[in-house]
Amino acid sequence: MGLELYLDLLSQPCRSIYIFARSNNIPFEFKHVELFKDSVLGKRPAAGSGAEQPRAGPSNSEGTGKVNLLKKVPALKDGDFTLAECTAILLYLSRKYNTPDHWYPSDIQKRARVDEYLSWHHANIRANAPKTMWIKVLIPLFTGQPLPSEKLQEVMDGLSTSLKQFEERFLQDKAFIIGSEISLADLVAIVELMQPVGVGCDIFEDRPRLMEWRRRVEDAVGKELFFQAHEMILNIKELSNIQIDPQLKEQLAPVLMKMLK
Amino acid sequence: MGLELYLDLLSQPCRALYIFARSNNIPFEFKRVQLMKGQHKTEEFRKVNVLMKVPALRDGSFTLAESIAILLYLAQKFKTPDHWYPSDLQKRARVDEYLSWQHANIRAKGSKVFLMKVLLPVLTGQPLSAEKLEFLIEDLSVVLKQFEEKFLQDKPFIAGSEISLADLVALVELMQPVGAGYNLFEERPKLAEWRRRVEEAVGKELFQEAHEGIMNIKNLTADQFAPEMLEGFKQQLLKQV
Repeated sequence: MGLELYLDLLSQPCRSIYIFARSNNIPFEFKHVELFKDSVLGKRPAAGSGAEQPRAGPSNSEGTGKVNLLKKVPALKDGDFTLAECTAILLYLSRKYNTPDHWYPSDIQKRARVDEYLSWHHANIRANAPKTMWIKVLIPLFTGQPLPSEKLQEVMDGLSTSLKQFEERFLQDKAFIIGSEISLADLVAIVELMQPVGVGCDIFEDRPRLMEWRRRVEDAVGKELFFQAHEMILNIKELSNIQIDPQLKEQLAPVLMKMLK
Repeated sequence: MGLELYLDLLSQPCRALYIFARSNNIPFEFKRVQLMKGQHKTEEFRKVNVLMKVPALRDGSFTLAESIAILLYLAQKFKTPDHWYPSDLQKRARVDEYLSWQHANIRAKGSKVFLMKVLLPVLTGQPLSAEKLEFLIEDLSVVLKQFEEKFLQDKPFIAGSEISLADLVALVELMQPVGAGYNLFEERPKLAEWRRRVEEAVGKELFQEAHEGIMNIKNLTADQFAPEMLEGFKQQLLKQV
């Protein structure tokens, strides 16, 4: 049994791993986890996968009422070894499969730039970008409440601040974050920024420099692969047609409302 | 001009760096940046880190922010002992896994207890309600449970038998709520033992020296802040309530 990657392409970190692995021809078995179906009360991934769900990723095990939504993916299983966390998985793959140096440069200063971005990303771009989907799609879908537009504005303002810092500190006037070549930093950034795009908050619209960087990233990984990975999020309106288990709705509504805070 | 580390030891990531560098005898110039005095907002510091945050590193003309990046840079440049960031692929992945997870979990929840329990009351003159404190502690308890069950398990340290960057980064974060008066180790013997092991591994004296400031933070008063910083900090914190 070879490398298995547990992914739902609606999730940003899953997309970066998917694109990275495919772009580098890393052989893996795609284990599709459908977050909104498989996370009901900790159910296992779709039958037929044959494999036991890996005990990867901290599961929110307290109380039977809590639904462990976005914490099961991404996950990696390599023989007996299981691993969670996007950054850890990307680094593991880059090392194990000896991917081209530019992805995670051996040059100490360039590498530090990638580490710097990957760290900053969590509390900044990743703090706000995902909320756009929660607010515009999931909250109305699961709670029946109208989209809280004030909250959305707050999130967009936060995202604007992060984008400004991204352009000023990380990208500057370089082609990519580390310079002339793409690295893990660009990949992790771009997939996160596609989330607001998918739900109709096109953050690239008024940001030409950022848009040009995006085009370069798409070209570097392969346009076809990039769009394939983003097909689901770019057609997110179809999620509204998913039959949500009423029990799941009931479970999730309070969790989602809390997430808004 | 050699290596400069810009630090305020009241900040958890700064402590991780300080302890790591001192523990490994890495020569550096300690550049104190007092957040309460607004020293992170000066033009001079902005040249080191345009994001105006600590910690920051300057090594010749090379500047770097983000404690994780700085720790990895130092480990690589000064060839620190392997256990800090193991060359074994799977052990290294375990360290990476923790260092990534902790941002939104241990770091976020631990910080919040400190900010809401100590800092905000000093700035507003209003103590934190018992109810709110309970919520914050509950949130922290959830991630502590995950930490014990997923990351530490029955091992002496996160990556196995030896201390790594993951343990250091974890412990300095957990000292923040402790300094704020919530002794989370009290009813968690396994964690308390892990803490003792980490302190011994880096050197008890060094560990305590690094934590002197935060362990006395309950004595904090508004007049210790530069007056022009008070309102800004207050507004920043109120947004997080």
